[in-house]
Amino acid sequence: MLDATSQPLLELAGLQAWYGESHILHGVDLDVRAGEVVTLLGRNGAGKTTTLKSIMGMVGKRAGSVRFEGTETIHMSSDRIARLGIALCPEERGIFSSLNVEENLMLPPQVRPGGLPLDQIFDLFPNLKERLSSQGTKLSGGEQQMLAIGRILRTGATLLMLDEPTEGLAPVIIQQIGHTIRKLKAQGFTILLVEQNFRFASTVADRYYVMEHGKIIDGFANSELAANMDKLHTYLGV
Amino acid sequence: MTAHAISSSAAIDAAKRRDELIAFAVLFLVLAAAPAVIYPFFLMQALCFALFACAFNLLIGYVGLLSFGHAMFLGLAGYVSAHMAKVGTIDIGSANFGIHLNFGPMNPLVAILFGVAASAILGVLTGALAIRRQGIYFAMITLALSQMIYFFCLQAPFTHGEDGIQGVPQGKLLLGHIDLSQQTTMYYFVLAIFVVGFAIIHRVVNSPFGDVLKSIRENEPRAISLGYKSDQYKLAAFVLSAALVGLAGATKSIVAQNASLTDVHFAMSGEVVLMTLVGGLGTFFGPIVGAFIIVAMQNYLAGFGQWVQVIQGVIFVACVLAFRRGIVGEIAHRLGISL
Amino acid sequence: MMIPILNISTQALFGQLLLGLINGAFYALLSLGLAVIFGMLNIVNFAHGALYMVGAFCAYFLLNLFGLGYWWALLIAPIVVGALGVVIERTMLQRLAGLDHLYGLLLTFGLALIIQGVFQNYFGSSGLPYAIPPELQGGSNLGFMYLPNYRGWVVVFSLVVCLATWFMIERTKLGAYLRAATENPSLVRAFGINVPLMITLTYGFGVGLAALAGVLAAPINQVRPLMGADFIIVVFAVVVIGGMGSIMGSVVTGFMLGVVEGMTKVFWPEASNTVVFVIMAVVLLIKPAGLFGRTA
Repeated sequence: MLDATSQPLLELAGLQAWYGESHILHGVDLDVRAGEVVTLLGRNGAGKTTTLKSIMGMVGKRAGSVRFEGTETIHMSSDRIARLGIALCPEERGIFSSLNVEENLMLPPQVRPGGLPLDQIFDLFPNLKERLSSQGTKLSGGEQQMLAIGRILRTGATLLMLDEPTEGLAPVIIQQIGHTIRKLKAQGFTILLVEQNFRFASTVADRYYVMEHGKIIDGFANSELAANMDKLHTYLGV
Repeated sequence: MTAHAISSSAAIDAAKRRDELIAFAVLFLVLAAAPAVIYPFFLMQALCFALFACAFNLLIGYVGLLSFGHAMFLGLAGYVSAHMAKVGTIDIGSANFGIHLNFGPMNPLVAILFGVAASAILGVLTGALAIRRQGIYFAMITLALSQMIYFFCLQAPFTHGEDGIQGVPQGKLLLGHIDLSQQTTMYYFVLAIFVVGFAIIHRVVNSPFGDVLKSIRENEPRAISLGYKSDQYKLAAFVLSAALVGLAGATKSIVAQNASLTDVHFAMSGEVVLMTLVGGLGTFFGPIVGAFIIVAMQNYLAGFGQWVQVIQGVIFVACVLAFRRGIVGEIAHRLGISL
Repeated sequence: MMIPILNISTQALFGQLLLGLINGAFYALLSLGLAVIFGMLNIVNFAHGALYMVGAFCAYFLLNLFGLGYWWALLIAPIVVGALGVVIERTMLQRLAGLDHLYGLLLTFGLALIIQGVFQNYFGSSGLPYAIPPELQGGSNLGFMYLPNYRGWVVVFSLVVCLATWFMIERTKLGAYLRAATENPSLVRAFGINVPLMITLTYGFGVGLAALAGVLAAPINQVRPLMGADFIIVVFAVVVIGGMGSIMGSVVTGFMLGVVEGMTKVFWPEASNTVVFVIMAVVLLIKPAGLFGRTA
C-alpha cells in the first residue's frame, strides 16, 4: 500500500448525478490512489455504471466534487476530463460498427505522453492484430472487449475505468483479461473496475467499495475479503 | 388502481371537459357576434384557415406526424369544389374509355362534398405511402407528394393552370331559401361548417380511437405490442385530417369564389405549420388562435411585399427557440388547465 | 413506341443526358450535404436550398462588387456560407439538442423563409446573369454530340468533390471521428474529442457544399432568390429515395435521378417535373428505407 497521507489520484466527495429527471447518485464518496486497482461492487441498478459515467462527465447533470490529481472536474465537459488522463471502457463496449478494427483502435487521441505502444497492445491481445481490417462489430464478444480495452491503453490515460469487462465472456477470456489487468497494474496504471463477479475481482483488486441506492455503503481491502464474505453475500444477494 | 384514484381521475376528466366546454361556448358566442365588429370576409377567410389548422393539428398534435404537404388537400378540394360549383363535369380517362359525367353547376354544399371526397381519396393514396416512414422522413415525403400534386394542378386542364378557376358562383341552399351571396348568410354558413369540423375533431380526439392515436404518439412499439395495428390507425387519422382540410379548402373556394395555385403551393403547407405552432401544437384552441393571428398579419402587412415572408420566418425561428408551447399552450400551462 | 424513339436525334438525346447529369450533380452535392448534416446533427436542413442560393449570390457579389471572378467565388463562397452555417449552428441549432428532430426541420424552414424573403425584397424574382468564366467558354465536338465545356466541367468537378468528400469521411482519421460520433457522440467525447465543435464544423461543411453547388449553378441557371426553393423539395425526394445512411448512396442516387429526369424530358416531357416524386413513391412501396438506407 502507498503512503496513506499521499493525495489520492481520484477523489469523489458527495457526488450526485441525474439522468434527466431521475436522481441516480445520492452522494458518492470514494478515492483511488495511484497504482491501485479498486473495484466497485453492488447489485444491478446500484449506481456503479453511473458512477463511472459521472467521473467521466457523461451524465446530464452532476453535483458535488470529483478531483483528479487535485484538479476539480465537476464543471468540466467530458472531453476536457478525458484530456486530464482518464479513460473509460464502457459496459456495452462501444465498438463502432462503421469503423474497422484498426480505426476503432486508433480512434481515441493521445491525451498524454506515455501510452502503450501498439506492439505491446498486440502482445496483450494478439487476436486484434490479425483482424485489423474487419468491421469492428464483426468481432466476437471477447475480441470486442479486448479492442475496447486496447484502444484506451494507447492514449496515455493513467486512470482506466473498466465497466464489467468480463460480462458474458468465456472463462478462458476472463482469465486473459485478469492477466491483462494485473500486467497493467504492474506497469503503473490505476484502475477503477466495476464488477458483478467478485471471484474475478478478488484476483485483481486491492480494495473494494460496495454500492447500494446510489451511495457507497461499505469498503474494505482485498485482505479483508474473507472476513467480509457473509456481509458481501447479503449486499449482493448471491 | 384504487376506487379513490379512479374517481379522482374521473373528476379531473370532468373538470377538463368542463373547461373545454366553457372555452368552446365562449368561442362560439364570440364568433357568432364577430361580424358586427369585424369585416366578415376576413372572418370567413380566417375560419377556413382555422379549420385547416385544426385538421392539421389532429396529425401533429395527437399522432405526432408532421405533414409538410397539407396544402395538397386544401388546394385540391378547392379546385374540385370550385369546378363542381361552376362547371360540374367529371372527366377521367380518355375519350372512349373512362368516366365522363356532366351534372351541370352544382349547389355549393354538394360541390363542397365533392371537394371533401377528392381530398379524402388523395389522403388514402398519399397517406398509405407516407406512413411507411416516420419523423422527418414523413415530413419530407408529404412535402414531395404535395409538390407532385402542385405540378398536377399546374398541368391539369380543369384547374386552368396559372389562371386558376375564377368567378365561382356562391349559389343557394335549401331550394333557394338560403342565398349564400348574402354576406351575412355566407358567414353563418361558414361558421356552421367550422363548428361541425371542429366538433368532429374534438369528438375523435376524445374517443377511444383518439386514445389509441395518443398512445401511438407516445410509444409506437408499445402500442403495436398491445395489439393495435398502428399503421391502420395512422392512416385513418391521416385520411380524416385530409378530408377535414378538404372541407376547409372547398369552403374557402366558395367563399373567395376562386381556386388558385396559391392553395396547393408548399408555402401554404408551411403556413399551416406556422399557424399551429404559434397557437400551440396539440392544443384544441391553439390552431384557431394561430390562424387568426397569421391571417390578420398577412392582411395588415400585405403592402410590405416579401417582408411578410421574412416576418413569418422570424416567428418560426422565435417559436421554435423560445416559445414551443405556443400562445394557447402557454396560457394553459400558466393556468394549469387544458385548452 | 419504336418510331418516336427513332425520331429523337442522338444530339437531343445526349444533350438531355448531359443536362440530366448536371442536375444530378447538383442533386448529389446537395443531398450529400444533407446526409452529412443529418448524420451528425439529426437535423434535416430545410435551409439547404436557401444557402445554395446564397452561394450563387456570393459569386454574383464577388464579381460585381469586388471584381473577383468565378475561380475566386468557387473558393470564397463556400467559406462565407460555411461561416454563416457555423453562426447558425452555434446560435440556434445547438439549442435544439435533445428535442424532437422535427424542431430542427421547423427552425431551418423558418431560416429559409427569412433568407429567401430578404433576397426577394432586394432582387425580386427574376434572374441575374452570371457569365461562364472565359477559360470554360465554348465547347468541344465529341463526334456524337457537342459538349459545352462549362457543362462538362460541372459534371467532372462535382464528381471530384463528391468523391473527395466520400474519401474524407470513409478513409481518413477525421472521417473516423465523424462516423464514430454519428454512432455514439457521448463516447467519442469521453475519448477527449471536442464533439460539439465537430458538429458545428460539420454543419458549416454541409452548407459549404450547398454554396459550392450554388456557384456551379450560377452560370447555368442564372442567379435567382428562389433558385433553391423548389429545388430543395426534389432533393428531399432524392434523399428519401437514396436513404440518408450512406455517403456513396446519396451521390449515386443524385446522379442517377438526374439522368432519369433528363431522359423523361426526352420521352415524356409533361412528366419530367414529377418523375422523381413518382420514383420516390415506388421506392417507398418496395423498399421503404430507401435504396441505400439502413432500416430505421
